[in-house]
Amino acid sequence: MQSQLPIYPEQASNFAPQVDALMLFITGICVFFAAGVTVAIVVFFFKYRRKTPDAVGITIEEDARLEALWMIVPLILSMAMFGWGAVVYVDYRNVPRDTLDIYVIGKQWMWKAQQPNGLKEINECHVPVGRNIRLILSSEDVIHDFFVPAFRVKMDVVPGHYNTMWFRPTKPGRYHFFCSQYCGTNHALMGGWVTVMEPSDYAAWLSGSAAGNANPVVAGEKLFAEKACSTCHVANGTGRSPSLNGVYGAQVLLADGSIVVADEAYIRESILQPNAKIVAGYQPLMPTFQGQLTEEQIFALIAYIKSLQSQPVPATGAGIAPPTGKR
Amino acid sequence: MHRTGRLYGQFETLEQQKETAALGMWVFLVTEVLFFGGLFLAYTVNRSAFSTAFGAGSNTLDIKLGGFNTVVLIMSSLTMAMAVWSAQVGKKKLVSIFLIATLGLGTIFLGVKVIEYKQKFDHHLIPGLGFDMRYRSEHPTATDDPKEMAIEKEEVEKTFAVDPDTNAHGQLYFSLYFAMTGLHALHMIVGAGLLVWLIKGSFAGRFTPQYNTPVEIVGLYWHFVDIVWIYLFPLLYLIDRHR
Amino acid sequence: MSTPPTPVRELPHKHYLNATYGAGLRSWLLTTDHKRIALLYLASVTVFFFIGGVLATMIRIHLLTPGGALVTPETYNKLFTMHGVAMIFFFLIPSIPAVFGNFLIPLMIGAKDLAFPKINLLSWYIYVIGGCFVLYSFGTGGLDTGWTFYTPLSSVYSNSAVTPAVLGIFINGFSSILTGLNFIVTIHTMRAPGMTWFRLPLFVWAHYATSLVMILGTPVVAITLLLAGLERMFHLGFFNPALGGDPILFQHLFWFYSHPAVYIMILPAMGVISEIIPTFARKPIFGYAFIAGSSIAIAVIGFLVWAHHMFVTGESTYAALTFSFLSYLVAIPSAVKVFNWTSTLYKGSISWDPPMIYALGFIGLFVIGGLTGLFLACLGLDIHIHDTYFVVAHFHYIMVGGAVMGYVGGLHFWWPKITGRLYPRALSRFAAVVLFIGFNLTFFPQFILGYLGMPRRYHTYPPEFQVLNVLSTAGASILALGYLLPMSYLTWSMRYGRVAGQNPWPATGLEWKTDSPPLTENFEVTPVVTWEPYDFKNRPDLGLATGTPLPAPALGDD
Repeated sequence: MQSQLPIYPEQASNFAPQVDALMLFITGICVFFAAGVTVAIVVFFFKYRRKTPDAVGITIEEDARLEALWMIVPLILSMAMFGWGAVVYVDYRNVPRDTLDIYVIGKQWMWKAQQPNGLKEINECHVPVGRNIRLILSSEDVIHDFFVPAFRVKMDVVPGHYNTMWFRPTKPGRYHFFCSQYCGTNHALMGGWVTVMEPSDYAAWLSGSAAGNANPVVAGEKLFAEKACSTCHVANGTGRSPSLNGVYGAQVLLADGSIVVADEAYIRESILQPNAKIVAGYQPLMPTFQGQLTEEQIFALIAYIKSLQSQPVPATGAGIAPPTGKR
Repeated sequence: MHRTGRLYGQFETLEQQKETAALGMWVFLVTEVLFFGGLFLAYTVNRSAFSTAFGAGSNTLDIKLGGFNTVVLIMSSLTMAMAVWSAQVGKKKLVSIFLIATLGLGTIFLGVKVIEYKQKFDHHLIPGLGFDMRYRSEHPTATDDPKEMAIEKEEVEKTFAVDPDTNAHGQLYFSLYFAMTGLHALHMIVGAGLLVWLIKGSFAGRFTPQYNTPVEIVGLYWHFVDIVWIYLFPLLYLIDRHR
Repeated sequence: MSTPPTPVRELPHKHYLNATYGAGLRSWLLTTDHKRIALLYLASVTVFFFIGGVLATMIRIHLLTPGGALVTPETYNKLFTMHGVAMIFFFLIPSIPAVFGNFLIPLMIGAKDLAFPKINLLSWYIYVIGGCFVLYSFGTGGLDTGWTFYTPLSSVYSNSAVTPAVLGIFINGFSSILTGLNFIVTIHTMRAPGMTWFRLPLFVWAHYATSLVMILGTPVVAITLLLAGLERMFHLGFFNPALGGDPILFQHLFWFYSHPAVYIMILPAMGVISEIIPTFARKPIFGYAFIAGSSIAIAVIGFLVWAHHMFVTGESTYAALTFSFLSYLVAIPSAVKVFNWTSTLYKGSISWDPPMIYALGFIGLFVIGGLTGLFLACLGLDIHIHDTYFVVAHFHYIMVGGAVMGYVGGLHFWWPKITGRLYPRALSRFAAVVLFIGFNLTFFPQFILGYLGMPRRYHTYPPEFQVLNVLSTAGASILALGYLLPMSYLTWSMRYGRVAGQNPWPATGLEWKTDSPPLTENFEVTPVVTWEPYDFKNRPDLGLATGTPLPAPALGDD
């Protein structure tokens, strides 16, 4: 902490300076208006104090121009706030490419984070400085929210949905994260520390503690066979279901003619509610796996499917839309 | 406030009293639209998410009984409108006759609803009480046509093949079915009570061309309840029906 | 006093308080007189205010130390949930409409009663029944879901008495709906001759807008909470992802009402302020039509902003942009009101009577509350401050600083009309200042806490947040004094206060042209309105000087 009584938290991500600047901008405008109104009221209060008990005030004629003025000026200023806020928000919601993906699961009342190599942490999350980090959030029970004040970012963790958030840490250190969506008894204890490390330290830490942790790709591959996914999703595209080679991140053409990007949320939905989006040219045959897989198993499957990105894509039977440019 | 004759104390004139009552009923109906609106929205969202199970749910409903009830209710709207007209032109006897006819039709509707609910109970389609979408086809009764039951069984199995959670989602369908038709039936029961009150008044000859506000505003209410059913029937019975 | 000194006044011989149709308690419990029903509401909302207030005090004491000084986590969660439920559903929403709206709307428009007096009594009974359900829930296991009842926490995971509470709020909703219905119909059809729409007091306009929100929003939250309750009782899956439902749908339905519900709380308070300001500045309100129109605009646009509570739930970016934009639009009519009130003061003849002090306090707090809404409506900033103490501070500035300040100000303004008596002047001005200071000390530190990142609903917090929390708790004790003072001297004045007379301030509204307290029938003869609203110059009956105020030196305070 910078001083005894700080008024803003440490700035430790790419968003922090942006959000703080926005804060200053809006505060400036608001203080201006609040001060204006307050000064006017105080001055009038003393200056026009009732002189005699039966005195009446002087009627001022209404002025439509004045009314228009104080509608238009605040409107313009608030549109400036809206616009600037929107720019920051859109930046936050549009995740850049080449992120380091960390899976985060919230459950009453703890956080589990899983590094790309499968290393699992509880109420801790290590990230390298200067990399774009994407957190993929899911919940095993109620709604939670992952909030890192020093990064000025948060995102709800909603059961049944995948939400993602991203940030680029700019300063090594240890920063508090909190659950900021009320989730029951020990809501206030559901927090921990994000540790931002130099990339070399991060790599060392990762290899140093990775021993003994199952690689999610391996775990996913095993599950893929166990759950008989491989019976239909044949790699060469000759099965009853589309091949999954190269599908992650690609655009998929659906039976209703629309195109979706096969991201984590899409893959998750396709596992749990296979009939929600049917790939063009295929029948709705796949059973749902709702309630049969834990969140961690779904992560593993997705990790495995992502690893198939480098596999050769069959000419037919992949369900991938005609190339119009990858994400 | 004390009442002088037909004029309640807070009003100046009968005309004002009538206008107030009618406006009050219209505003009330607006809140009712919003009230049912919440349910309709919940229904629509879930219907699009679980169309298979909801379609299977629709198919378990008895379209003959539902269709019959729709006709009954439309007829009752007609008799209600006739009762209002009779009051306005001062045909006191006709008012009573049409009100009784409306009440009779309303009661028939509720009776049929009871039969339908009973069926659902027999078929284990009450949410939370041993709910099972397969039960009906697995436990045919003597009166069932075996051929039809075989088709039904096949269809249920197809549904389960597409959506193994048909029981959970079907339960959602039936929760909404009972919530929506139950709320509608509750409105019918309130309407029937109002009709009994009107019939008593009509026997006493209360309703005249000058004073018929109660008949008119109960009429408004009755038509509204009918219109709700006109939406409920296709939503619950007709979408995705293939038999 | 600013009123001309008169010999000892006496209360009117016959008025609504001493008129009896039956005996004692029965004449109250079976009354259809809107004024008596208003007092029934006054008593019952005070009970809930007291319950909510005690819970709030416990919350603030608990937060004195980072580890939590008073209670277990379970109990703390119940404290803030029950505080929210009692205050929002059973105090703030009914407070001004059901007490002052009921009492004043017929008087202000020159009617003998509301359009449906029996329905009015019915809505009080519904309120009481709903209240009993909720108290039952509080008494048996309490409630720990947060007042927002987010699923699946409330419908599946919570072990507390959710079902009776949800039913209680569902039932209470009908009280609100019927009150709104009664107001709308009354304002349409019961106006006295000459009381055209643009001669209506702004208080009535504000209540018209409020009633629109009540009748359009309340049914939706009623059915939503009912579904959540059914889901809990019968293990259904409307909003439970494990059974295929979607918790986000619950949030949409909930906020579709609960955001406009904020306007149910603040619009009537704005109506109160729009009455007090011209009365004590003694000149017509500036921009009458704009203030009236802005009330309607707030009610209408207020229905289109609900998803700004959900910017970080993962809703689509386009939805977020739309709702952020609309949220900024709704700020404009509020700004219009503040500017018009301030302009009304210009060249007024401003008295320092207690209601005016409360009204100016309201403007101060509402300006802060409203402006901090701009921070939360800002998408980029909301990512950081959503669900932190910044939000807590913001809505307390609106709901407590705004709505409750308006409520207490209204009490001071109309108390002489309701009881026929005045209260100690110096003490009540002192109380207004205590309230203002206590409030700011309690809630301003919470803005900073929120920006520093302290999430809301935390029974324990990191030590770096302690200084601000202690400040906040200190402020709360001053604030409590600020509420206890008016409670005591107003109660005292009911018996010992100076008799007020018909029109002590004097004010221009029709309600001041009848006895204090008024007759059961309100007026001896139906009044005919021939003057414009807030016109002090063409009203010889008020006994005021006309023309410009005399340039004499200020007189000393009494």
